[in-house]
Order: sequence, then structure tokens, then C-alpha cells
Amino acid sequence: MTTSAVTTALTVPRAVFLRRRRRSYRLLTVPALIVVAGVIVFPWLFTLYMSAFDWKIGEAARFVGLANYTGLATNQRFIEAIVHTFYFTLLAVVFPLLLGTAAALIFHREFRGRGFLRAIFTLPMMATPVAVALVWTMMFHPQQGVLNYLLSLVGLPPSLWVYSPTWVIPSLVIVEVWHWTPLVMLIVLGGLAALPTEPYESARLDGASEWQLLRYITLPLIMPFIVVAAVIRTIDAVKAFDTIYVISSGGPGTASETINLYLYLQAFAFYNIGNASAVVVVFFAIIVALALLLLHVRQRARWSA
Amino acid sequence: MTMSALARDGVRTADSSARRPLRITLRRFARRVAFWFAVAVIVSPAILVFLWMLSLSLKNELANLTYPPVFIPDPPTFANYIQVFSQNAMGLYFRNSLVVSGCATLLALVVGIPAGYGIARLQASRTLVLILIARMTPALSFLIPLFTVFQFLGLNNTLTALVITHLVITVPIVVYVMAGYFETLPRELEEAALIDGGSIISTLRYVALPLARPGIVVATILAFIFSWNNFVFGAVLAGRATRTLPAAVYNVLTFEQLAWGPLAAAAIVVTLPVLLLTIFIQKEIVAGLTHGGVKGA
Repeated sequence: MTTSAVTTALTVPRAVFLRRRRRSYRLLTVPALIVVAGVIVFPWLFTLYMSAFDWKIGEAARFVGLANYTGLATNQRFIEAIVHTFYFTLLAVVFPLLLGTAAALIFHREFRGRGFLRAIFTLPMMATPVAVALVWTMMFHPQQGVLNYLLSLVGLPPSLWVYSPTWVIPSLVIVEVWHWTPLVMLIVLGGLAALPTEPYESARLDGASEWQLLRYITLPLIMPFIVVAAVIRTIDAVKAFDTIYVISSGGPGTASETINLYLYLQAFAFYNIGNASAVVVVFFAIIVALALLLLHVRQRARWSA
Repeated sequence: MTMSALARDGVRTADSSARRPLRITLRRFARRVAFWFAVAVIVSPAILVFLWMLSLSLKNELANLTYPPVFIPDPPTFANYIQVFSQNAMGLYFRNSLVVSGCATLLALVVGIPAGYGIARLQASRTLVLILIARMTPALSFLIPLFTVFQFLGLNNTLTALVITHLVITVPIVVYVMAGYFETLPRELEEAALIDGGSIISTLRYVALPLARPGIVVATILAFIFSWNNFVFGAVLAGRATRTLPAAVYNVLTFEQLAWGPLAAAAIVVTLPVLLLTIFIQKEIVAGLTHGGVKGA
């Protein structure tokens, strides 16, 4: 690390010099890698190992091979949890994308108070999820909640919101949309800021309407950013925990129990570490699939952006 | 779709404005109204939820439970805040949160800044993939093994265990933001310093670091906020005396006092520091997040 560049540069061949320099750069990453190995890689390996055991905290571990996995494959509750997760994720990706893109198109324009309004718009993203979830719980309350009052103002019948097995997931999605639409907006806004002006000028000269400009120039150009936002949103939605846990705890019954909620219950209510570890591995496999998608998409985004 | 109408005043509109000024003025006015309506629709949910939170926290229980709801506290009361602080160890929880997020952020900066620099100069995008996958892994999957190990070491219910676990959040953020930021810095100055005989460490210390200060600010604040907002680590690992604010608000308040006013007041106490931080450094956060986002955070 203390290699003096001037002596090396003058006395050794350039290739050796560059190799030494790369080694020094690599040394800089060592402390972080140790931390990552300790708190990130070790847990992964530990989980993989424990998933082959039947182990409750406080009892002796018993090796069971793949039994935890085969158990999950036939576990109705776990399979339902996967279905709930995908349903929740689909809604929690589509709506933030639509609203976030619309918001980005609005905030891309110059208007008075833009900075201030954008600051307000992005606040939900940074707010503490638990704190916000508590307030939403009160808003969803069927009798005293403000949301049913607002529905009655526009002549709609009251809803049971998170107390209804049918509406609990869409209701939770509302919170998720409120929370994370700003992130989509920011990513798409970044894309809009990088747009070239020439295509617009020539298209206008050719008499294109505003709708055509949006449809045939703007949207295709910002598509890579929308796709990246979609993948980030997908990963975050699959992982959603805090708001679901605080607002519905997976209920009523198990109507909003996602993989993450099921996992929490197995691990920290039943201390069923072996089974929970198997859930993590399956969950992780789903997420790696999404990660590969992200990397693939990111490559494309880089090309076209 | 309204967006097209909102997009921009086209060339054709400008042409015909000479012929029919009144209709054009009207159309422009209508567009303006439509635009501001769209702005209001997009922005109002964000602010209204916070205002409702504030309103709940400033009303007595009677006003909170009447139907139709009372929107503006009349008169506003601080009784909920007084109750929350006097009946709970809010000061302790606040201090726990500050210590955990502060230490986890500080440690992340110590290991994350050099790592981000190394990764940026090595152009080692494969190292970043590890960080990326870490970000994608649900927090609970780290928690189960760490919980087991802390149990074994007798570290459960300690702030140390919480700080270690929060590194899962802070280190990836710092490495990611810093790697991205260092990549944008020009390399010429560093090259010059290296040619003049500086070591890589001294080049980082005296050349790259001063230039990277905005990046460090963003990394620090993002890491701190996401650590502060974390709920599940505190909920599982903390004991009575080591709860962080979000865990305390959920565990202590929801079970022991079901009243809405104090709950809303506690929710405000938890999230206000974060919202203030966000407002003060709005631009930098936006830059940091979108950069990270577009680069694939």
C-alpha cells in the first residue's frame, strides 16, 4: 500500500506498475469485504446449512436432508403465501410505475414552486415505515377511519379495507403505492433530464402532435429507466414487510400472509429455524431470478441511455 | 390522456394564435387549470397523510373518535405528546436509535469509503453485484443466522448486536453511493498525485476525499435514514432497554395503550427527524438516490 508510484513508475515495466496499483486498490476494499463476509455472506451459508436440519432454538438439531423443502412443496399455507406475494407485488409494481411516470412528466416541466412541491412529493419515501403504517391503520378503521368518511363524501359505500379478506391486499398496496411512487418518479425524472432535444425539434417541424411526441419519442427514450424502476420496485415489493406486519400482520386469517410474513412467524414466533431457513432459500431463489433480470435489464439500460 | 395536453405548447398553437387570440387564450387557460389540477392530484396524498398524522396527534381522544372526523384540532392540545413522553422511556428509545444508526453509519463510512474508491478505480463491477444481491435479500434472512449467533454469544438484547446487524443496511448503501460518486470524479488529479510519488492511501486522503465530500454527505444521510427507519432488527434483537424507536413504537405503544392520539404523536416523534433531514438536503438526496437507482441500486 505504501508503494511509491514515482520509483515504481521509473524502474519497473508499466504492466507490473499497473498490477501493483490494482493490488493496492484491492486492499482498500478488504475491510468492507470482511464486514460483508461477516454479516452478509456468513448468514447466507449458515441458512443454507441449517435448512437441512430440523431445529428449534433450545432443542437439539436433527439432520433431515431435503425434508424441509419437500415439506414446503406440499405446505398449503406456504404456497398461498407465494400467491399472495405475487399478487401484492404485481399491484405494487404496476401502480407506482404508472403514477410515478405521470408524476415525472409533470415535474419535468418548469413551473412555479416545482422544487418545493417535488420535495413534498418525495417525503413519503423517506418516512419511517412503521410510523406511517400506524397512521394508515387508523385511516383504514371501518368505523372511525377517515378513508370511509372520504368515500362517503363522493357517494361510495364504506369498505372494510384491511379487515376484509378480499380487500386487504389491495389496501396494503395503497400504502405501498403511497410510499414508493416517489422513487419511480425520481428514476424516471433522471431519464427525462437526459433526453436529447433534436428529435423533438425535427418532429415538431414535421407537425407531430404533443401526444405523438410523448408516445413515439419520450416514452421509448425513457423506457430503459422505467424498466429499471420496475425491477427495483419488484424486488422491494417482494421484500415488503414492515407495513404488512404492522397493519394486518398477515390477516385477517392468513389473507395477506406473504412469504416474508410466513418466514417471520416460522423464525421468531415458533423459533423453527430449520424450516425458516428452507423458506429463506426458496425466497432467495426467487430473488436471484429477479437479480439476474435486473442485471440483464441494467445492461440494456446502459446501452440505450 | 391529459399528459399530452400538458406536455408543451406546440408550434401549431403558436401559429394560429395570431388569428384567434381569444380562443387560444381560453385554451391555454384550460390547460393551465388541468395542469395544476394534475399537480394537486399527484402531490396531495403525500402531504395529506402527514397532515392527518399531525392532526390526530394534536386532538384529544374524543375528537379523534367522532364521526364525521374532526380535521382541524380545536383547540390543539399537546397532551398526547406529554403522555407519550411521561409514560414511556421515549428519551431512552431515541438515544438507542441515535446510537445504533450513528455507530452503524460511522462504521460503514470507515470501511465503505475506501472500498467504494477501490471498486471505482478497479472498475470492479462484479464486486458491486455482491452488494447488489445483498440489497435484494430480505432483511429477515440475515436476521435468522445473526439472531442464532448472538444467542450463542449472549449478545441478544444488546446495542452491540443491533449495531452489527444494521451494518447489513449501511455498508451496501455507503459502498454503492461512494463507488458511483468516485466514478464521476476526474482521474487526472489523482494521476498527477500518484506520479508525484503519493501512495494510493494518501491520494485518496488528500485528493479524492475532499472532492468527494458531497458524495459522502449523501451516503451518510441515506445510510442513517435507512438504518433509523429499520424496524424488524430492533423488533427481534432488542430487549426492553435497547429498543430502537420504531420497534418501541410498535411493541410498547400499540400493546400497552391503544389510544390514537398518543400513537400518532409517537409516530411523529419517530419520523420527524428523518423528514427534517430529507427536507434540508433534498437536492443531494435526490441526486444520490437517482444515481444509485439508475445505476441499478
